[in-house]
Amino acid sequence: MADLINLIENWIKNLLLGWGASAGLTGFILQALGSVLVVMVCFAIVIVLIWVERKLAGRLQDRFGPNRAGPYGIFQSFADMIKIFTKEYVTPAGAEKGLYNIAPVLAMASVLAIWAVFPFAVNVIGADIHVGVLYIVAVGAFGILAILMAGWSSNNKYALLGASRSVAMLISYEIPMVIALLVPVLLSHSMKLSVIVEAQEPWFIFVAPLAALIFSISSMAEIGKAPFDLLEAESELVAGYHTEYSGMKFGMFYVAEFLHQFTVGALITIFFLGGWTGPMAVRWPILGVIYFYGKSLFIYLVISWIRLSLPRIRIDEMLDLNWRFLIPVSFVNLVAVAIADRVMMEFTLARWIYVLVMFGMNMFILWAALAIAEKNDQAVEREEFPPRPVAVPPGVDSK
Amino acid sequence: MVPIIIFGLSALITLGAALAVVTNKNILHSAFYLVLAFAGVASLYVLLEAPFIAVVQVLIYIGAIAILIVFAIMLTRRIGSDDLIQRNAQWIWAAMGAAGLFLVLGWIVYSVNWPVVTQIVPEDTITILGQELLSTYVIPFEVASVLLLAALVGSIIIGRERE
Amino acid sequence: MTIPINWYLLVAAGLFSIGLYGVLSRRNAIGILMGIELMLNAVNINLIAFWRYLDPVRMTGQVFAIFVFTVAAAEVAVGLALVIAIYRNRDTIVIEEIDLLKE
Repeated sequence: MADLINLIENWIKNLLLGWGASAGLTGFILQALGSVLVVMVCFAIVIVLIWVERKLAGRLQDRFGPNRAGPYGIFQSFADMIKIFTKEYVTPAGAEKGLYNIAPVLAMASVLAIWAVFPFAVNVIGADIHVGVLYIVAVGAFGILAILMAGWSSNNKYALLGASRSVAMLISYEIPMVIALLVPVLLSHSMKLSVIVEAQEPWFIFVAPLAALIFSISSMAEIGKAPFDLLEAESELVAGYHTEYSGMKFGMFYVAEFLHQFTVGALITIFFLGGWTGPMAVRWPILGVIYFYGKSLFIYLVISWIRLSLPRIRIDEMLDLNWRFLIPVSFVNLVAVAIADRVMMEFTLARWIYVLVMFGMNMFILWAALAIAEKNDQAVEREEFPPRPVAVPPGVDSK
Repeated sequence: MVPIIIFGLSALITLGAALAVVTNKNILHSAFYLVLAFAGVASLYVLLEAPFIAVVQVLIYIGAIAILIVFAIMLTRRIGSDDLIQRNAQWIWAAMGAAGLFLVLGWIVYSVNWPVVTQIVPEDTITILGQELLSTYVIPFEVASVLLLAALVGSIIIGRERE
Repeated sequence: MTIPINWYLLVAAGLFSIGLYGVLSRRNAIGILMGIELMLNAVNINLIAFWRYLDPVRMTGQVFAIFVFTVAAAEVAVGLALVIAIYRNRDTIVIEEIDLLKE
């Protein structure tokens, strides 16, 4: 009874074997069932998340949010789904049909493929590969490709501008993200996600808070939402790369974006918040699954909170933040953590001293980096413009 | 049986996509077919039990090289110059030469009796790979990093717009 | 049943020949670069196949493949920078039209 998930798995396995299926086929069917389950849970979560996010956005912006369909508007997402499914597909003139239609599918697939390697509970892992961390980074590349495809094939200059901005941004923010990911890999001596989760005593957010911070910032940029939503800046580019998409093709981009944000929450959970670990999670794997999704949801809401509170940054600020701050800091952090880890391996220290030293060192690097950044910022001379009146009635001197 | 089906599919995808890369009239379509060819090669690596190489293939070739190529095409292609002839005058000789090379290579592949060992791949290849890179092959490793640095600096200097 | 090594070598030979054709027949500089990438990939398939079938315990084949990756990445970065620089100066990326030294 304790291990509900394996119970069900064994039941299906024995049932199929009893029907005379071969062992290979049974394994294949179980794998297929598992992946379908993971994907379906993802979609179900997105439906709920869209409502939660809109309600949260409404409350933060001093309005009600969805409140018509059902109590508290909880059926709003379903109404939206029905609307989007029945909408007409409009293909712009001059679009390259093949690429135009593949792009939303690829965007969706690149996000869903990341879920294949997640450890959901103690023994509930889709594919526990040795290169899990690299796999996550590699699969993300397809998302960039999808944006490029969409931007190019739409035959629309706003879409193309959005796509080229996205390449500049996503590729450059990938660097600090990967370097920050190397810190948990280094601390747990493995790229296997299950080992990384089990090595977190205590959670890596206490051992490597700076890496967690850098990873969060750069993966927020990877999602492409505010304050990093330059690739679809509404006031500048209509809607960026998906300007020309309608109906379910747009819906797929939209869902992929929401799911990506939730996936980032799950990634932060796995790498820095201990994944499925929690009280009683080893004995009751189902609790581990609940912890995992709960932590991910929490991070998701924090990201939403940040993106609803901050205005969009300018493109030069966005590149400056990356190249002048995040990348140098992440490199210094990685080298410092590596040296500290190796040095402390020589002395057999108690775990709490190790964690304390690591935490202090991280905080020191962060403080030093911020101090240097502030000093550089003051050195930059800014041109100041005099305030101009917005509109001047005719015949009146503007002074 | 399953590995053979997967091998056949990946080989077909790889070679088909590669043919499309070199023959397609639209250079941008070629670039996207190139992505498909890279993905096919990655699945061949998975079949060869080299997951690290497979993932690095996706990361570097698709995530970096293909995207760079697509971007360079977008930067250098004038809108409306679709009718640029992509084949040069010597293409027929090139095709014959390539076909001849393939025949020679195929003949060699089939005439040589390859000495195959029956050892199995160790469980965790990445650990061994990392240790070898930093012990046996440490000098090539460092040279490779210098090469990357030189390429980084060089491409920035070449690609920069001069005032 | 395992896949014989010949099959991998044959796929690699095909990929190499196709890449060679691309290099020789394209007028577009980026097209030529793509052909070179295909050839490098073919070489890598061979390296990994030899590693798997001849010496799977030591990692020599994989190490070589990683160096090929490195060289390919460096080559593409410099190559595309060159292409863009040429495009900026001569407004073309057709290799036959870049013949300043011939005149």
